[in-house]
Amino acid sequence: MFYREAGQFKTSYAADMAIFPIRQDRIGLALILLVAFVAIPATGDQFLLNTMMIPFLILSLAAIGLNILTGYTGLLSLGSAGFMGVGAFACYKLATYFPHVNILIWILVSGIASSAVGVFFGLPSLRIKGFYLVVATLAAQFFLEWAFARVPWLYNYNDSGAIEVSKATLFGVPITGPNATPATRYLVALTIVCAMAWIASNIVHGRIGRMWMAVRDMDIAAELIGIRLFQAKLLAFAVSSFYIGVAGAMMVFLWLGAAEPEAFNIDLSFQLLFMIIIGGLGSIVGAFFGAAIIHLLPIGLRALPAALGLDIAAATVEHLTFMATGALIIIVLIVEPNGLARLWQTTKRKLRVWPFPY
Amino acid sequence: MSVLYAIFVDPFAQMAAAPDLLAQAIWEGLVGGVLYALIALGFVLIYKASGVFNFAQGIMMVFAALTLVGLHEKGVPAWVALGLTIAVMYALALGVERLVLRPLVNQPDIMLLMATFGLTYFLVGFGELVFGGNPKSMITKELWLPQGAIDLHILGGTVTLQKLDIAAAAIALAMVAGLGFFFQKTRIGRALRAVADDHQAALSVGISLEQIWVVVWFAAGVVALATGIMWGARSDVSFALQVVALKALPVLILGGLTSIPGAIVGGLIIGVGEKLGEFYWGPLLGGGIERWLAYFIALAFLLFRPQGLFGERIIERI
Repeated sequence: MFYREAGQFKTSYAADMAIFPIRQDRIGLALILLVAFVAIPATGDQFLLNTMMIPFLILSLAAIGLNILTGYTGLLSLGSAGFMGVGAFACYKLATYFPHVNILIWILVSGIASSAVGVFFGLPSLRIKGFYLVVATLAAQFFLEWAFARVPWLYNYNDSGAIEVSKATLFGVPITGPNATPATRYLVALTIVCAMAWIASNIVHGRIGRMWMAVRDMDIAAELIGIRLFQAKLLAFAVSSFYIGVAGAMMVFLWLGAAEPEAFNIDLSFQLLFMIIIGGLGSIVGAFFGAAIIHLLPIGLRALPAALGLDIAAATVEHLTFMATGALIIIVLIVEPNGLARLWQTTKRKLRVWPFPY
Repeated sequence: MSVLYAIFVDPFAQMAAAPDLLAQAIWEGLVGGVLYALIALGFVLIYKASGVFNFAQGIMMVFAALTLVGLHEKGVPAWVALGLTIAVMYALALGVERLVLRPLVNQPDIMLLMATFGLTYFLVGFGELVFGGNPKSMITKELWLPQGAIDLHILGGTVTLQKLDIAAAAIALAMVAGLGFFFQKTRIGRALRAVADDHQAALSVGISLEQIWVVVWFAAGVVALATGIMWGARSDVSFALQVVALKALPVLILGGLTSIPGAIVGGLIIGVGEKLGEFYWGPLLGGGIERWLAYFIALAFLLFRPQGLFGERIIERI
């Protein structure tokens, strides 16, 4: 009824295999992009942009990265915050050594640094499987966290031990540092996230994505049909850490403006993992859903008591948020183990045949 | 050259020069290891009987300790509080079985692991909501735990043994012996081993899975309480202890996921390795390497034995 594809004929294999084969989907996506690129920066205030949208985009990108590793390739990782930190610190070092190169280039290049570290810590995955791999990624997380705090070269020997972002411009408009307006930073973040999400979607729908999924479903069987586990797993670590590293660099340069090593502690790793569980393992759109729930829900919960006129201490609300997050994860796992992305697909299918049941 | 000297020669020269310091470091490592082993023991119990990798074990430990101290703060006598905490752990086991495990039966292992992440967050929020987020000190005196230290004059120096640490080791030993007896000799213990061996075969001879799960989670809860008391006595009781609880993961994986002796041996190896590493090699790297050394030790062992020291051989079939 709402969502009928009658009359849309596919005349080529490419059209049939397109990521958005239905016209309504394409229109919907165009509308969402229009709102995101025009309406939100034009009308959004400081709070909406800086506290909600920019972190949401950055966390979505990191969740896409983690989803490539955990959702598509089946390698459980608790080291994502460490890799975000690698991206952030690499970008900071590059920007201090070469201040005249455009910062956007360094944000992307820092992903490569993170990628290299990711591949190094991914090496054990060739021999260690399943739960055992968690130890390897935890080793990465705790080692990197320690290195950020204890290696003074990384934060340029300054007294605070924190990294701070200097001003950088794009076409004469400041995009990082204290002078950049939230709207510009939002637009830069949005552009990067859209481009990278598009690339990720193409990777996972192609040969490489299928290779990863075969490894996830059963790595011995995948090996028997001719997939090289060594390459497949390390490629997953490399691509995933690249995305996570870029997200880390964006987190410091486009959102926080300054960061201490504690910003990349294990809680962030957990949050990213929750995002992909709730959003849906092995789904790009799921990463966005998950980031929205995990990042925006607590903001909503914090605003709720004031909106209802209740007088609850901030600490209590914080604890309730923790409980709600935990309960939500269990409920999602029970009701829909494939996450919100699957729920969204079911809804679309129902809308297509409405008012009939099938 | 001087780097190689600092790594390979100097630490051993220091060890030989001051054997009393070495003995002290090893003793502290052993005690720390026993406590890691206790957390790992809870993991192993649950993993053996239900195949659930219970990430929340560390939080259960903090939660149990916090409940005990919190109840005592509210004016409940220490021993009554202990009893009440055990009751709370039983209620928790019952709740987990009803609300988490039963609806998720037959799901892949990774889903159950994720569910325990959810449980972790829920317990952190719940514990802080009820008992507050401030660190509390453990009620050692009220529970008749020994205090003070014994100084041994050996090896040309003094080695200080905290009485509390000796008590912790004794309690750990008693608990392992008790669990061993429980598993080998009692009716429920036999049922537990049957479930661990094969869920479906156990069901077919009339063992109730639900009941077994509650028993196992309760046993893990009691182990968590004992561990929580010991850790709490060494430092304050707060959710900052969960970083310590994460250390149980390398211990567990080093020993093998399914082996109780593995948990103990793994704990001792990690505990001693981490203390010696921090004491003799830590200054080279600027200190604080205790935070990640345990994971690297476990990783090094895993590269040679992917199933852990005492784990069952992993046989993979298509």
